[in-house]
Amino acid sequence: MTARVKESRGQEMALTAAVAVVIVLLSLLPMLRLLKEVVAPGGVVSDTAIRLGLSSSATWVATWHTLVVGIFGTLLAVVLGTFVALLVTLTDIRGRGVLVLCYVMPLMIAPQVTALAWLQLFGPASPFLKLLGLAPPLGTRNPLYSTEGIILLLGVQYGPLVFLLVRAGLRKLPRELVEAARAGGAGWFTVLRTVVLPLMTPSIMAAAALAFVSCVGNFGIPAFLGIPANYLVLPTLIYQKLAGGGPAVLGEAAFLSVLIGVIAMAGIVTQEIMSRRRDYRISSTSLPAEPYELGRWRLPVEAGIWLLIVLILVLPLFGLVLTSLVPGYGIALSSATATLDNYRFVLFEHAGSRRAFFNSFALSIAAAVFAVLVAVPVGYLIAWGKQRWVRLVNLLIELPYALPGVVLAIAALLMFLRPIPFTGIQLYNTIWIILYAYLARFLVLALRPTVSGYHQIDRALEEAAQVAGAGLFTRLRTIVFPLVAPAAIAGGLLIFMTALSELTVSALLWSSGSETIGVVMFSFEQGGDSNYAAAMSAITVAITFVLMLVTNLLAPYLPSGVLPWRD
Amino acid sequence: MAGLTISNVTKTFGDYDAVKDVSLDVRDGEFLAVLGPSGCGKTTLLRVVAGFEKISSGQIRIGSDVVSNASGSVPPEKRRVGIVFQNYALWPHMTVAENVGYSLRVAKVDKAVARQRVADALSLVNLDGLADRRPANLSGGQRQRVALARCLVAAPSLVLFDEPLANLDVHLRASMEDEFAAFHKRTGTTIVYITHDQAEAMALADRIAVMDHGRLAQLATPRDLYREPANEMVASFIAQGIVLPAKIMSAEQGGHVRAEVLGQEVVVRCRPGEQPRADAKICIRPPDLEIAGKGEAGFDATVTRAIYKGGAVRVELSPVLQPDLHLHVERPEPGSFEPGSQIRLKITSGWLIPNGKPA
Ligand SMILES: Nc1ncnc2c1ncn2[C@@H]1O[C@H](COP(=O)(O)OP(=O)(O)OP(=O)(O)O)[C@@H](O)[C@H]1O
Ligand SMILES: [Mg+2]
Repeated sequence: MTARVKESRGQEMALTAAVAVVIVLLSLLPMLRLLKEVVAPGGVVSDTAIRLGLSSSATWVATWHTLVVGIFGTLLAVVLGTFVALLVTLTDIRGRGVLVLCYVMPLMIAPQVTALAWLQLFGPASPFLKLLGLAPPLGTRNPLYSTEGIILLLGVQYGPLVFLLVRAGLRKLPRELVEAARAGGAGWFTVLRTVVLPLMTPSIMAAAALAFVSCVGNFGIPAFLGIPANYLVLPTLIYQKLAGGGPAVLGEAAFLSVLIGVIAMAGIVTQEIMSRRRDYRISSTSLPAEPYELGRWRLPVEAGIWLLIVLILVLPLFGLVLTSLVPGYGIALSSATATLDNYRFVLFEHAGSRRAFFNSFALSIAAAVFAVLVAVPVGYLIAWGKQRWVRLVNLLIELPYALPGVVLAIAALLMFLRPIPFTGIQLYNTIWIILYAYLARFLVLALRPTVSGYHQIDRALEEAAQVAGAGLFTRLRTIVFPLVAPAAIAGGLLIFMTALSELTVSALLWSSGSETIGVVMFSFEQGGDSNYAAAMSAITVAITFVLMLVTNLLAPYLPSGVLPWRD
Repeated sequence: MAGLTISNVTKTFGDYDAVKDVSLDVRDGEFLAVLGPSGCGKTTLLRVVAGFEKISSGQIRIGSDVVSNASGSVPPEKRRVGIVFQNYALWPHMTVAENVGYSLRVAKVDKAVARQRVADALSLVNLDGLADRRPANLSGGQRQRVALARCLVAAPSLVLFDEPLANLDVHLRASMEDEFAAFHKRTGTTIVYITHDQAEAMALADRIAVMDHGRLAQLATPRDLYREPANEMVASFIAQGIVLPAKIMSAEQGGHVRAEVLGQEVVVRCRPGEQPRADAKICIRPPDLEIAGKGEAGFDATVTRAIYKGGAVRVELSPVLQPDLHLHVERPEPGSFEPGSQIRLKITSGWLIPNGKPA
C-alpha cells in the first residue's frame, strides 16, 4: 500500500520538480541576474550603474523618444484596432473571414520586414513609385525616417493586437444589453457611445497596455527607421552601445534594459489601476447582438476597409516584392530589368545569408519542439494541478515574453558571458545562447493554447486511464498528450513563425557563424543592399503565409482563439 | 397604451420556421401570457414584436401603426415598447438611476424632470434609496425591479416580458408575481408576458396563448384553456391532462355528448354541433378519475407506480384493456397501491377535444 502511494507521489513530485527547474532556468535566473548587475555589479551593492546611467544625456533622450513613440504608437494602434473590431463585429459587412485574416497578417510578419516593406514603398528608389512615375529624385530623404514614420508603423504593426482583444470582448457582449438600450429609444450611434464603448473600456485598456509594451520594446521598426535619422529609442541605444563597446558596456546596457522593463511595467500597472475602478464583469452568456445593417452605406464602408487593407498590407508587401526583383538600388523595374538574382544570391551565394537560413530554421524548430514538449506537462499542472503556486508559475513564464526582448537578451548575455560554473561550457558567442533566449522567450506562446486546450478536455478521460491503472507519466504520454497535441502543436507553429525572422534578441546575441535571418536582413539593409534584404523578407513572408495556411488545417481540433487570424 | 395585432407572422431562420403563421390580437390594456415548451418560439415572437428581428411574412401592428411587415420594419428605438429580459440586462457601468433614466437621457428630457421621473419609477417598484447603487451590488429580485423601472420610465405603449422570473427563487417569484399584477392594475399597460410556468401564467394573465413548434396552438382565458383545450397538445400540456381515445355515440345536446371510453360509457362536455364519430379523443383531469364502487360502470387498471408526494400519493396506472395508455390520479395518503395490483376506476367527466383547427 505505502509503496504504491509512494510511487504515484514520486511521479507527481518528479513532474513538479522538472517544471520548477525549467522555470527557474528560463525565467527566474535571468531576471535575477539582470537585477543583480544593476543593483550590485561585481557582487557589491552599489548605485554606480544607476548613477552612471542616469547622468548620461543619451539615456534621457532615448527614454523620451521611447515614451513618445510608445504612447503615440499605442494610441494609433488602439484607434485603428478598435475601429476595425467594431466594424467587423457589429455591422453586416461581408467577407469577414478574409478581412480578419488580412488585417491580422501584419502581426505575423516580423517588424523589421514591415519596416523594410514600407521603406521600399515610399523611398526615392521605390520601384512602385517609379512604376507610377511618382518617385522623388534619388537622394531625397525617405519620409519614413522620422518620429511620425516610426509611430505610423508601430500603429500598423500592433493595431491587430488591439483588434484581437477588443473583438474578443465584443463577442462576449450579450445582445440584451444592446437591445435594452435600443428599446429605450437609442439609435445605433448612441448605443455605441453610451453602452458598447463604455463596456469595452476594460478590453480596450488591456489591449492598450499590451500594445504599449510591444511598442516600447520594439527593435525592428526603430532600428530600420530611426537609426538612419539618428533617432534612438532605448532598444536601439542598447544595440548601438553593445555593437560599439562589446561586453565592456554590459553594465550600462543592463541598466538601460531594466529601464525599458520598468517603463513596460509602468504601462501594465497603469492599466491595472485604471481597470480596477471599472470592473464591468459581464456575467450572463447570451448570443451576440444582431449585426447593424449598414444599408446603403455597406458598399462604401466595405470599400473603405479594403482600402485600409490595401494600404497597410498589400501595398507594402507589393513594394517589397518589387524591390526584391530589381537588380540594384534605384533601378526602375521593367520586363528587361526584372530578375531573380537577388533570391539566388541570398539563397545560394552569400555564405552569411545561407548560414542564416540554416540557423534560423534550426533555432525555430528547436524552440518550437522544446516548447511543445514542455508546454504539455506545465500546462497540465497549471490547468489541472491542485497546487496553489501554479498561478505564480504561469506568471513567471509570461514574464520573459511580456517584457521587451532586449531585457531577456541582456540577461542572457550576463548569464553566459563567462563559462557556466563547474562545467566550463561556453555559450557566449555560440548559437546556443540564442536558442536559450528563444526557449525562455517563446515558451508562453505554446503554453497559452495548451492551457486553453486542457480546459476544453473532459478531465474524466484522464481519470478513466487512472482507474485503469496508468501512472502519471503513462497517462501524460498515452492519453493527455494526444488530446492536447493539436493545441500545443499550433502553439509550436506560432513559435516557429515568430522565431524564424526574429531580430530583437538575435541582434544582441549573434556572433559570426550564428547569424539569423533577421540579423543578416538587418545588415544588408544597413549596408544599403535593400534588394537582398527584400528578397530575404519576401521568402520569410511566403514561408509564414504557407505555415498559416497549413496551421489552418489543425483548426477543427483547436479551441477557438488559438489561431489569431482565424475568425 | 395600445393594442397589439399580429397577423399571419412567420419568422424563418435559415430553413427553420421558428414562428409559423401566428395570428393573435392583444387588446389595449390586456395582460397576455405566452406559454409553451422550450424552443417553441416564444422568445422569437417577442423579439419580432420588439423589432429586434425582421419577419419573413405577415404583419405586426402596435395600436394602429404597422411596425413590421415582409418589406420592412420600424427599428426598435422607434417602437416605444418596453422590454424586461430574463437576465435583467442592466448595464454594469451605470448606477441604478442611470440605468433607469437612460431612455430619458437619450430623448434629451430636461435633467430635473428626468430625475423626478426616475425617482417616481423607482418608488413604483419599491426601490427608493437604491438610486446610486451599481447593479452588481443588488439582489436578483432588486435587479429585476430595476429592469422593470427602466422600461416603465419611458411610459411605453406596450411592455414585453421574457421569462422575467425564471432566474429567481420560488419565494421571490411569488412576491414578484404579486408586484407585476399590482403594477398592471395600476398602470393599465398592455403586457405580453412570456413564461413556461403555467401557474404563473394562470395567475397573472387575462388570456394565455399556447405555442407549439412555432404555431399558435390556442388563445383563450386560463379557465377555458384548462376546461376546454382546443387540441391534443394543449390538452396534455396544460396541467398534465390525460388524453384518451373515445367513441362518440350521440350528437351534441346541451353541450354534452355520450362517449365510450375504455369500455365505459361517459357523458362529456363538448362544443356545439358535435356529431357521432369513432376516432375521437377526450381530455380528462386527475380529479375526473375516481375509484369505482361495487357494480358501478368503469374499467380495470393496473398500478404501475406510486409516488409519495407529501400528504398525497400520485398513483400511475395503465388500463388492463389498453396497457400502452398512462393514467394518473392523486389519492389522499392512506391506502396502499402496490405496483402490479389492480383497481377499478371510473371516469366522471371530461372534454371532447374538437376535431380540426382551433376555433
Ligand atoms: N438567431 C437564431 N438563429 C437560428 N435559430 C434560432 C435563432 N433564434 C432562435 N432560433 C431557433 O428558433 C427556435 C425557437 O427559439 P426561441 O428562443 O424562440 O424558443 P423559446 O420558446 O423562447 O424557448 P425557451 O423556453 O427555451 O426560451 C429554437 O429552435 C431556436 O434554436
Ligand atoms: Mg426563450
